[in-house]
Amino acid sequence: MGENLPRVPRGSQLHSDTLSRPVRTLRVKMVLLGSSGVGKSSLAMRFGKDEFRNTSPTVGCAYLTRVVHLSNVTLRFEIWDTAGQEKYHSVTPLYYRGAHAALLVYDISQRETFIRAQVWLKELENQYTPGSTVIWLVGNKGDLVEDRQVSVQEGQSLANDRGLSFMETSALSGEQISELLLAVAHRVYECMGEQQGGLSDWQETPLVDLHHKDTFSPFASCCKVGP
Amino acid sequence: MERDNHQEGVAEGVKICDPPAESNPPADTLATSLSLLGNHMFPDPVERNYGTTVNREEPVDSLLSDVSAEEPSLNAESHSNQVTKLETEETESPECQNNVATQPSDRGAQDAATDSDQGDSGEFVVTMLAKAKLEEQGLGMKGRSSPLLEAGTEEYPAFMSHRDEDVTADSWRQHRKHVFVLSEAGKPIYSRYGSEEALSSTMGVMMALVSFVQSGDNIIRSVYSEENTVVFLQKGPLVLVCVSSSRQSERQLRGELLYVYYQIISMLTQASISRIFEHKKNYDLRRLLAGSEKILDGLLNLVDSDPSFLLAAVHCLPLASSLRDSLSQILQKAITPNLVFSILIARNQLLTIVQEKTVIEDTRLEPADVHLLLNLIGASSAFQAGEIWTPICLPLFNPDCYFYAYISYLDPPECTVCLLLLSTDKEAFYSVAECKRKIEEAMVAQNSLSLIAKVQSYSVSQVGVSDLRHFMYKPFDVPDNYRQLTQFTSPEMEAPYSSEEEKMRLLDLYRYMHSRIHSTSRPLKLIYHVAERETLLAWVTSKFELYTCFSPLVTKACAITAITKLLRWIKKEEDRLFIRYPPKYSTTPNPSKSSRGGKSDQQDSTDNGFLSLL
Ligand SMILES: Nc1nc2c(ncn2[C@@H]2O[C@H](COP(=O)(O)OP(=O)(O)OP(=O)(O)O)[C@@H](O)[C@H]2O)c(=O)[nH]1
Ligand SMILES: [Mg+2]
Repeated sequence: MGENLPRVPRGSQLHSDTLSRPVRTLRVKMVLLGSSGVGKSSLAMRFGKDEFRNTSPTVGCAYLTRVVHLSNVTLRFEIWDTAGQEKYHSVTPLYYRGAHAALLVYDISQRETFIRAQVWLKELENQYTPGSTVIWLVGNKGDLVEDRQVSVQEGQSLANDRGLSFMETSALSGEQISELLLAVAHRVYECMGEQQGGLSDWQETPLVDLHHKDTFSPFASCCKVGP
Repeated sequence: MERDNHQEGVAEGVKICDPPAESNPPADTLATSLSLLGNHMFPDPVERNYGTTVNREEPVDSLLSDVSAEEPSLNAESHSNQVTKLETEETESPECQNNVATQPSDRGAQDAATDSDQGDSGEFVVTMLAKAKLEEQGLGMKGRSSPLLEAGTEEYPAFMSHRDEDVTADSWRQHRKHVFVLSEAGKPIYSRYGSEEALSSTMGVMMALVSFVQSGDNIIRSVYSEENTVVFLQKGPLVLVCVSSSRQSERQLRGELLYVYYQIISMLTQASISRIFEHKKNYDLRRLLAGSEKILDGLLNLVDSDPSFLLAAVHCLPLASSLRDSLSQILQKAITPNLVFSILIARNQLLTIVQEKTVIEDTRLEPADVHLLLNLIGASSAFQAGEIWTPICLPLFNPDCYFYAYISYLDPPECTVCLLLLSTDKEAFYSVAECKRKIEEAMVAQNSLSLIAKVQSYSVSQVGVSDLRHFMYKPFDVPDNYRQLTQFTSPEMEAPYSSEEEKMRLLDLYRYMHSRIHSTSRPLKLIYHVAERETLLAWVTSKFELYTCFSPLVTKACAITAITKLLRWIKKEEDRLFIRYPPKYSTTPNPSKSSRGGKSDQQDSTDNGFLSLL
């Protein structure tokens, strides 16, 4: 379903060597966590469709998928874009449980969201043995330089202290988006691609196999990319 | 465009008005129309039980006043009787609603909403209340309004404000319908217009009023002033207040507040709201509702513009019964354990609804729950996100537990056809999503989407009655649709009701007719109402409720013939206009009835027997 792959800006290598060689497809569960309004859905929309649109606050959780091709494996990201609103906090564990990757997102122009990200981190750490989840600290809205309240150094040093990876992004401009996804893909694959009980194979359901492709594609969910 | 005489009335401001609908009811039941109706032949399925209740004595002059409404010129000038006043004000309410607070305004000088004039919006209410008469259950308490003025002006911590409207501006006061939600401790929770914190003193005043009356072992229900009706509804720890100049009945307004309450419950559940406030009386519930203002705003806009709420019935898209059946069968086949409702929606109207047998055995989905679901879908970002999985409570089904709703559009990027699957199992996302793929596949095979895309609402002209402009028909339970969702049918609103203003005016007339039919003090079965620009006839029997709108020139005899024809037409088209025999499926091998039992999964436990795929 190559025609459904999104445009990837700035010469990313997201689907550089996909041609015909049969590669394994592994499922990666990735969850986006963080305060309401930091731009989780906007990031998810960049991941899924490489678009930036106005969003409304997420209700519950939005689910979308994105396929990333690495040199020797294909990763099918199942992205859980959680709602940051407080009323949904009690159900959030439902969404992050078993995640291979977690993006802790904050808004560099809102200090509270940075503090909030640390609360999420504590919660995640209570749930997991280190190493079972790749955690990324993501400072979004990097384009709002004028209003910056959290410096790059602060983000970086929090990440260093807690053993996280760190990146600043802008869902608005698209800055560092595909880089982030690729980096997560590599890390996840390195950490748990081969290990026992790591990533599971993704089974294509008959519905989406190539025979049905033509009739199916008009109805493919708008955020589904790849097979 | 304010009329002089009208402004005078406002400037005087001291006149205490009785609730218009109760004290001096306009006469709608013309004796002559009754005799005509009585003599007329109705087709057989229609019951003739409009006998005695309708036949109330009407003062002769009010009869006359109703007739006089046929003269537009008379109407425009005269404010002397309630009927004409009602009608003219409905059409011109934006101009006529002068500010009730009578102080000449030098408020233009103060510009920032943040310097907040807490006193000012509060004063709006105080002034209004001071001028008004308290309508209470039980004892009266005239002339004791002074404690209102002592209401607290406590500052609330700044919170992310979602509306910038200047609550000191006249335009704020002139909104047709304000809705406020506050906690028992007087904390602001929601305001339809303006930010809650700018309104905290207003809310404080309202709460002071509520508790003042409560202290006398009373419940405050409503306050009437010349311009506004203020209706209070207390539900558990929440107090809901509506300030309306829409001339709707108190009962209708209270019903609307109840929808607001239910929508809050649908997000938080009743149990958790009580738990929160038991724990901490002055909890700031805005923390939990932050981000949901849009959902409540959307609900209130729907309540104003969609008669489904007034009629407490759902509107389904007219569909050839063969197509509806095939859609139902598609849903019926795509099931998974713990799935309880499968609902297909196009352009915000129901296509079909299929439900689980066992869980729903002794009950049915309430229209209000469907309305809340439809409103939630409108507010969700499913059209961007692809698939949504969210907890949602159906307050009338069970106010204390959550369902898990799967929401996804089947026709991106247009996003007009939406699938909603409700499960009692929060872990069921992947299996429910799999149901969607099956449904998608079947719909592709049957070409359903392009068939649905062609479906349209219908035009009143299809009925073939020349003077009939619009109608709303709501059948009651009859044996063959017993325990089915209450539905109504209604054609598209067409000229002369194509503009938003005219649509609203017609809806207002319907609301007025509805309030007369359902008046608590004198319910009526039949109303023939000659308004300025149209003639309306409302009729309720044991089998249906019907509202019709005719051109003003229609005669009573014509109207009656038209209704006869209309009822025949509806009977003939029934299978297309309504969801008739919705199929059921069985997905619960071991029926727990958990959702109804209320012990379902409000606790966050993983007791669910089913393998977690998450
Ligand atoms: N300037 C700027 N604005 C952004 C960026 N990303 C998102 N926004 C804006 O921030 C607001 C919130 O974005 P969302 O993506 O809905 O935030 P969210 O984290 O999903 O919020 P919840 O769903 O409530 O948890 C929207 O108005 C976006 O347009 C960004 O990179 N730069
Ligand atoms: Mg979001």
